[in-house]
Amino acid sequence: MEKLDLKRLWKLFLAFFRIGAFTIGGGYAMVPLIEKEVVDNQKWIGQEEIVDILAISQSVPGVIAINSSIFIGYRLGGMLGAVVAALGVILPSFIIILIIAFLMFSIRDNIYIEKAFTGVRAGVTALIGLTAVKLGKAIVKDKVAAALALLSFVAIVLFDVHAMIVITLGGITGYLVYGIRRAKEL
Amino acid sequence: MIYLQLFWSFFKIGAFSFGGGYAMIPLIQKEIQSHGWMEAKEFADIVAVSQMTPGPLAVNAATYVGVKTAGVLGSAFATLGVSLPSFILIIIIANFLIKFKESRIVNSALKGIRPITIGLISSAVIFFANMSIFTIDLSFNSIKRLFGGEFAGFFQKVQFYPGALLIFVVILVAVKKFKMHPILAVACSAVLGIIFI
Repeated sequence: MEKLDLKRLWKLFLAFFRIGAFTIGGGYAMVPLIEKEVVDNQKWIGQEEIVDILAISQSVPGVIAINSSIFIGYRLGGMLGAVVAALGVILPSFIIILIIAFLMFSIRDNIYIEKAFTGVRAGVTALIGLTAVKLGKAIVKDKVAAALALLSFVAIVLFDVHAMIVITLGGITGYLVYGIRRAKEL
Repeated sequence: MIYLQLFWSFFKIGAFSFGGGYAMIPLIQKEIQSHGWMEAKEFADIVAVSQMTPGPLAVNAATYVGVKTAGVLGSAFATLGVSLPSFILIIIIANFLIKFKESRIVNSALKGIRPITIGLISSAVIFFANMSIFTIDLSFNSIKRLFGGEFAGFFQKVQFYPGALLIFVVILVAVKKFKMHPILAVACSAVLGIIFI
């Protein structure tokens, strides 16, 4: 952990505020934004580590967006960084919901809002797809990794297996394949 | 005291719901109903609104329930409650990982977990496509029927939305070829949605 000055804390806050404000449709919709802001633009964290952070944020209880922002914030600036990143990601939805609650704004039956959000989901499909390919190229480097990625995809899409279960099985497989193999070589 | 009740209820929601998003709905509903904070119909509205506003469902629900029962301070306590378990858990895990960075077990396990995460992110592509570009029943039973030769029954239920496919292609090209920023891409998708859907 590096020491964070105020300017960098502010940058961290702004990055997560933007991520929070434009993440529509839950946890995974924020992955392309995190990848762009945290890995690509600021180069705060590498591709491998961001994938680790996403896996852990999935496997512990709580909101995935909050888990991963706390993790990234903590890595970059300790406790203060964690608080700042979490505040950044929470504040946009906090403000928007307060406005909706106060105005009793009926956004539910508005046809244009519904169309806009269907459009966003189609766009997010493309964004997540590109991110999956990009991260996949960086991560999947041997046959075991390719098999694990494919099997987890099938398990989740077709069999509705819980993410935590596939992640645990992946960890065990990783230890059996890479850990023991390396121990034999040594 | 209402503030502490809100804090504690949402603390429990944050601590015991795995998987985020919709996995949290039953737990949130139980807490809200056992306190009589909100009717079921109003909670259904929050879920609908959450789908149409940015941010995590649990934060939206905490903010909404909080402000309805105890004003802005109530929403602050509820939101704090839902986030605090994450703070505690993530910081313990982060420290654990920093401490065992050189451990062979941790490293090899992470090497197996990384491709799984790629599978998870790829499955999200299908789920988002299934909420916009097409609607297909992807459950095992439905696929089994397809392989059993019931093509007609399977494809009867398939719906396809060309407008959404167009947006998907436009955004794909704009981001891949022209390096459009994802935030701009989300905003453009919304505008394109109003025009083409």
